[in-house]
Amino acid sequence: MSATDRDATIGRTGAELDLAARVVELVRRVAGPAAEAEVMVRHNAEALTRFANSMIHQNVADAATTVRLRLHLDGRTAAGSTTVTDLGGLTALVERTIAAVRLSPPDATWPGLTPPSPLHRSAGYHGSGEHSGLDFGFDEATARATPAERAERVRDFVRAAGGLETAGYCRTVYTSAAFANTAGQAVEGRAVEAAMDGIARLNGSDGVARQAAGRLAGLDGAVLGARAAAKARAGERPVELPPGRYEVVFEPGAVADLLDNLSWFGFNGRAYAQRQSFAELGADQFDPSVTLVDEPLGSRDEPAPGLPFDVEGTPRESLVLVREGVTKAVTHDRGSAAEAGATSTGHASEGSRTWGPIATHLRLEASQAATVESVPPADPAGPTAESARPLVARMERGLLITDLWYTRVLDQKALVVTGLTRNGVWLVEDGEVVAAVSNMRFTQSYPQALAPGMVLGIGSESVLLPARWSGTRFAAPAVHLASWNITGNASG
Amino acid sequence: MSHFDEAYAAVQAALDAGARYADARVMVQRTESMTARDGAVEDLSSAESAGLGVRALVGSSWGFYALPDISDAAGRAAGRRAAQIAAASAMVPGPPIDLVPAGAGAATWASTCEIDPLSVPLSAKGDLLVGATAAARDAGADLAEGIYQIWDTRKWFVSSDGHRIDQHIRECGAGVTASAFGDGEIQRRSWPSHRGQYGTRGWELVDEIDLMGHAPRMAEEARALLTAPLCPAGETTLVLGGEQLALQIHESVGHAIELDRILGWEAAFAGTSWLDLEKLGSLRYGSDLMNITIDPTIPGALGSFGFDDEGTPAAKRDAVRDGIWVGVLAGRDSAAVAGLDYGGSVRSDGWARLPMVRMTNVGLEPGPHTLDEIIAATDDGVFMDVNRSWSIDDRRLNFQFGCEIGYEIKNGKRGRMLRNPTYTGIGPSFWQSMDMLSSESIAWGTPNCGKGQPGQIGHTGHPAAPARFRNVRVGVRG
Repeated sequence: MSATDRDATIGRTGAELDLAARVVELVRRVAGPAAEAEVMVRHNAEALTRFANSMIHQNVADAATTVRLRLHLDGRTAAGSTTVTDLGGLTALVERTIAAVRLSPPDATWPGLTPPSPLHRSAGYHGSGEHSGLDFGFDEATARATPAERAERVRDFVRAAGGLETAGYCRTVYTSAAFANTAGQAVEGRAVEAAMDGIARLNGSDGVARQAAGRLAGLDGAVLGARAAAKARAGERPVELPPGRYEVVFEPGAVADLLDNLSWFGFNGRAYAQRQSFAELGADQFDPSVTLVDEPLGSRDEPAPGLPFDVEGTPRESLVLVREGVTKAVTHDRGSAAEAGATSTGHASEGSRTWGPIATHLRLEASQAATVESVPPADPAGPTAESARPLVARMERGLLITDLWYTRVLDQKALVVTGLTRNGVWLVEDGEVVAAVSNMRFTQSYPQALAPGMVLGIGSESVLLPARWSGTRFAAPAVHLASWNITGNASG
Repeated sequence: MSHFDEAYAAVQAALDAGARYADARVMVQRTESMTARDGAVEDLSSAESAGLGVRALVGSSWGFYALPDISDAAGRAAGRRAAQIAAASAMVPGPPIDLVPAGAGAATWASTCEIDPLSVPLSAKGDLLVGATAAARDAGADLAEGIYQIWDTRKWFVSSDGHRIDQHIRECGAGVTASAFGDGEIQRRSWPSHRGQYGTRGWELVDEIDLMGHAPRMAEEARALLTAPLCPAGETTLVLGGEQLALQIHESVGHAIELDRILGWEAAFAGTSWLDLEKLGSLRYGSDLMNITIDPTIPGALGSFGFDDEGTPAAKRDAVRDGIWVGVLAGRDSAAVAGLDYGGSVRSDGWARLPMVRMTNVGLEPGPHTLDEIIAATDDGVFMDVNRSWSIDDRRLNFQFGCEIGYEIKNGKRGRMLRNPTYTGIGPSFWQSMDMLSSESIAWGTPNCGKGQPGQIGHTGHPAAPARFRNVRVGVRG
């Protein structure tokens, strides 16, 4: 790939803000000074190298700029977007949205525009944002990553699996965005993300390794491939266990699913305002060992994983959702905040008016120190991740679970979820893995599993993980839970 | 306005850069959606998206690149880039790739549409959702939500095999949901489906489902569910309504017969399949009543098209006949790997995404009975309908579904309403227990089928009728 091709979509500082300002001006010209308009311009360049059967079988890239306009005029609201960013496309967007707003029914819930507000500084990268010319830990090399650099990591993963069949992906995403509104808010920012997620397979046993990073250079395909292969080898010849309640240690991948469902259905400000969430502000709803924070700006030497503002232009910052077991906050956009009598927490998205505002950079705080002293390091050839080893060592009898899969909510208020285990389950007795176990189905209230007294330990090492589907990122340690309700096994 | 020239430029550039096969899609999509809550419009959005995606096969390796720019120059740049990406894929190569024939040629196709949904005044569409949610609220709902969605897609496809195909596909649909809040519990009823009914049709589809007429009943049933007894736990005879059976088909048959899953191409994400190609033509999937077809030619169904995104003409095909597994959803390359002679089920959700194996209309052929006859023939069991939750393992075997509403069946009659009905099972055992099937088939649309990395949202159709299953475990709870 030529340098010219590679760089075509990078280094466009200011381009998105100029575009946003042009749309704001177009709205003013066509709809008049009374129109309230907000414009988000997002340039996204995503490249994903996918492998299966130990070969690269899908290798894709795209680069697109999307302009989103939300307009409130004469008490009515409408939104539109386009990928056609020449003058004709932008004019069509403005005219189409004005036409839509004039035909729309009255909107009594319009929360107003974000006033001019400076961006917050990243915890780890000072002086960033707000036209400063600095970035939130932005890694230029990742933004300019080539297909060959991604393929190298795939090749290393495949080789390190030692002949086992492998599958997965290596991904880089570059985002440059700007927001402007008719109230005078104007902000811009950039972010990059890299991630690798792969499995190794052996006789029906899948082992997994995945990692998110702010720099592609931080991903080592060989390390991940070796880890996945070790888990696959340790998962051969699984036994079937009966349904029932089990003590469990969740590796970080399984913990990420807990965080994902808690953010969608529990800490979602819209669900909270509509009484569909379990969340009660100020209540001791979790074990005192649980502290949960949304960190869109990064922390502790982690580059910022997301943009420093949301699609309503609200600056983002860290938000403590749970501190030492006490529910402290839910996530809001301007609409849900107005409904709940609160202020926006910077969690507006294109879909938040429909689905609610969601935390997308959740961290479960790791414990300050290992919960078990003098535990030997995990066997690199064994199934237990280093981060989970101290927790496994103190489990008398229970299950070590790698991943949760296809989790769906049965009861939103109590957040009862059903799903399955995936990529490795092991029976632990007296602190040691004694057998691989076939996958099982569970049906469990997530808040109950994390309730006071139910968390027996939290690991001391957090792992950065990409979500399987969305752009969400998690920071999760391993977790030791007193009880998990297994409701089915491979036989049904 | 045609965009064949830009697509052709992309294909030619990829060939010039070393590809031995290339294809390109120019797509222009317009979408519109509205949601309403409790008698007021909540969100109104429209979007226009236009661009070009190119696929290049260099040696045995694929590359794909997409740009939001429809011009000859952009096409040439994208074609070159796709070939360069394919060359990088060769760093981790696989076996040689062949493509089964796709019936090359020039063609034009459009879905049927009586009332262009984008031409219906926004005020009329808003009045419908406002009215339906207000009616549900007036009838006792604590929360009433309505939605409609419209997609208008034009695409121009060119391949180095000689394809030159343009299609215009219009899709729309709508639904209303009423929720009632109890003490620590929420009950929900939706019409006509848990996310609405959708098809490759015009606004006449929305007119037919009569949201206003059914919204009050949804509210009444949601409120009644709050005090209904819990679905009992145990093993019993299960009668499923057609809407729920459509999702059962989608999850436990449709995904399982995707050839890319069977071949392991989705192993790390969507998963694999319990099906083994060596047993194609002999494996018993279900009872003799089970006849599943793959049919993208059904007029108005959500998974219908004239040609798939590899240029293969739409054609009906058996997937399960008399309970025996006989067919798969395939693409040109996956079919060649599997030694099959047909593709026809490859689509992408937009110009920026790689076409991949997707369901079209995967449906259960109707049976000889009616739902009333099935219930009359059941001494003891549970009836469930309208999906509330779904979960299935990565091999598409172990499933658990929750439904919005259930009724006990006693001595051939529908009895008390039951709340929180769930059922669980293993795919082939479940399908082999089907012993009665209704003739009352509807092609339900599923507009939110997620697959692929980067993620894509597929639109699929599922003809289904009520059916009876024996010895099913119900009432699973946390």
